[in-house]
Amino acid sequence: MKKFAFFGTVAAMALAATGALAAEGDTLKEVKARGVLNCGVNTGLIGFAAPDANGNWSGFDIAYCKAVAAAVLGDPTKIKFVPTTGQTRFTALSSGEVDILARNSTWTFQRDTDLKLDFVGVNYYDGQGFMVRKDLGVSSAKELDGATVCIQTGTTTELNLADYFKANGMTYQPVNIDSNAEGEQQYMAKACDAYTTDASGLAATRASFADPENHIILPEIISKEPLGPAVRHGDNNWGDIARWTLFALIAAEEYGVTSANIDELAKSSTNPEVQRLLGTTDDLGKMIGLDAEWAKRAIKAGGNYGEIFAATIGEQTPIGLARGLNAQWTQGGLMYAMPFR
Amino acid sequence: MSDTHAQTVSFVRDSMLPPEPPPAAQAGAIRWLRENLFSGPLNILLTLVGFGVLWLVASTIWPWLSHSVWNAGSMAECRKIIAATWGPDASGACLALIKNRWNQFVFGFYPSALYWRPVLAFGMLFLALAPVLFSESRSASRRVMALAVVLTFVIAQILGAPGMALVLMALAMLAWVALIELRPGWALLASCLYPFVAVWLLWGGSLWSPAMALAGFVIGYLVWRALSRLGMLAFALAVLAAAVWWLLLSGWVAQALAAALPLRLQPVSSDQFGGFVLSITIGVSGIAMSLPLGVILALARRSDLPVVKMFAVMFIEFIRGVPLITLLFVASLLLNYFLPPGTNFDIILRVIIMVTLFASAYMAEVIRGGLAALPKGQYEAADALGLDYWKAQRLIILPQALKISIPGIVSTFIGMFKDTTLVVFVGLFDPLKAMADTIRASFEWKGAYWEPYIFVGSIFFILCFGMSRYSMYLERRLKRDHR
Repeated sequence: MKKFAFFGTVAAMALAATGALAAEGDTLKEVKARGVLNCGVNTGLIGFAAPDANGNWSGFDIAYCKAVAAAVLGDPTKIKFVPTTGQTRFTALSSGEVDILARNSTWTFQRDTDLKLDFVGVNYYDGQGFMVRKDLGVSSAKELDGATVCIQTGTTTELNLADYFKANGMTYQPVNIDSNAEGEQQYMAKACDAYTTDASGLAATRASFADPENHIILPEIISKEPLGPAVRHGDNNWGDIARWTLFALIAAEEYGVTSANIDELAKSSTNPEVQRLLGTTDDLGKMIGLDAEWAKRAIKAGGNYGEIFAATIGEQTPIGLARGLNAQWTQGGLMYAMPFR
Repeated sequence: MSDTHAQTVSFVRDSMLPPEPPPAAQAGAIRWLRENLFSGPLNILLTLVGFGVLWLVASTIWPWLSHSVWNAGSMAECRKIIAATWGPDASGACLALIKNRWNQFVFGFYPSALYWRPVLAFGMLFLALAPVLFSESRSASRRVMALAVVLTFVIAQILGAPGMALVLMALAMLAWVALIELRPGWALLASCLYPFVAVWLLWGGSLWSPAMALAGFVIGYLVWRALSRLGMLAFALAVLAAAVWWLLLSGWVAQALAAALPLRLQPVSSDQFGGFVLSITIGVSGIAMSLPLGVILALARRSDLPVVKMFAVMFIEFIRGVPLITLLFVASLLLNYFLPPGTNFDIILRVIIMVTLFASAYMAEVIRGGLAALPKGQYEAADALGLDYWKAQRLIILPQALKISIPGIVSTFIGMFKDTTLVVFVGLFDPLKAMADTIRASFEWKGAYWEPYIFVGSIFFILCFGMSRYSMYLERRLKRDHR
């Protein structure tokens, strides 16, 4: 009796869900009605997303979420951070548990199409690298033939590693690990010659060692890992808001708009592009269902792209990442915001 | 023999010799060592090997533990202090991590001004359980209650509970203790109210929401009592009445009451739960609900009614055949697709339901083992007394079957409590992995590996060991038979 009721409920829910999926779609309205942005983030990745002793989240991905909240809701604190694991992140997004996923996720073909996500841009160009002990006497990844490599299972890095060694006709002995912390421990205990993960993670790991001078990061980057925020397929307006918030942060750096001078520039700037960006002239915000000052608020929340980078993962921080590919296109990097027009 | 002695013994001693102490090799520590450690060549060898291993382990861990640092702001600082104090090659535990972040291991992201609420809920748990767990001994019950009241008060004060809350807390707990002492019958009712109070303390919000949930049970009970001569139909009507109340009326009444008399605590959402508050919340509710559910399933599986039996077998075998992680994934991910968007089905509640179902299937089998161990004569005796099915189970069968099953039941509890760490896979902050990894994600504590494991592991050990000792105590207390 009880069982039948349960199955009946499930069937009813499934029917309701089908109807609901068809009717679903206005994330912006939902977020505004709720008054809180649900942002899917990493459960803890150094520099990108981590809570402090009081439970306040900070990091590179967090700053982007705050910018979106500021643009949409007018207040960068109106966010609920939903920590997601590698396994739950995409389902959390497509099931509607989060409105936007800013969780250092690599933009790939299959995720963009088959998983029905829309990556709105790239906020960090990463790539997979290797770290070895200096006394191993290796200066290039090409010399790692026959090495034991610590590798996190179930990630794209595992597949990249196999591809790279196969392409170069080399062999390796994998030492499977489950998390970054475990990988560091195995590497320190000399269970493996080389440790491989995203280059940003390697830099942070090396910096946290007691003896960073005894370890080197090899120059080869063996994969492309463009990390970016993602939204659900099907709600293009919400995707536009997410995309152009990211572009606003990048463009602000290009035009020299910082959180310090933004109020002044909004009043006095003569650059028409800046005027449009900050809503002084033209009402670009209306076209995406927001007000004129949406981008101004987004930039004010944590500064422009360069400021966010410097504050969370840049060279002044203990993680010490150089801009590299993530510099503005004018500086030889790949950060290129589409025109605000 | 006696006649030979008659000729050979020339005299009979007429005074007793004073007793001699036993030979040195047959007394005290030496004898114990000889008998237990060095009784033969094989045992001598095993003893030496055993000591060798112990020495190896201790000599590896001891320097690390003894070189521990409690006062530092980061791993780097820890290393500097260790190098400065014990030489550049020394390695040591950076227990400053625990000192700085212990609150996250215990409370997760619970607002720090409200720490007293989970503490009070935990302290009251012992008041609610004392009359049940220690019904065999008033003195043990009193000791537990006194300890719970004093510790709760002291810890809440240390954690900075506001004065008003402290006064109310002390009054509420003392009143409850007085109730247990003076009106033991009413105390059981108070224990039944405890879950609703705990939910209110942990999640906050309006008192009326849990109160209205409780009212549903009361309404169901009243309907059942009023119509009890209708038999099973009365039960069905009672369930229906409660369902109507919960689904249609309770929200509205709760709002009206909240408007009239707002008894509100600052709400805390489920994503702020973490660490041991989360583990214990899930563990205790799972334990409390899986035992009755397990008893019902065990009885259903031994039932003579084929449909009931079939459903019980299907449920138990299905749940036991599926890993807990799968159930957790279903709870956290799949359900979202079925529920209409915008429905807010609390994630911790979903996890508690799944953990309860999982544990109850195992519990059912443990209890079925106890039922099967009872001699058939007990069942026949119950029948011969003219008791109906439920009375026979309640008065004759279950008390004996449950007593036999105590070790198995407690093992299931302990296993389930430790399984609560698996919630890490659905993005909840369990103390062992998620919380530790999150803390490692801050730059200060990156590189700390063993310290969180040791800290969290020892707390788990204390809690599980406590449960295990309690089960041994209970077995001793209930040992009434001739064995």
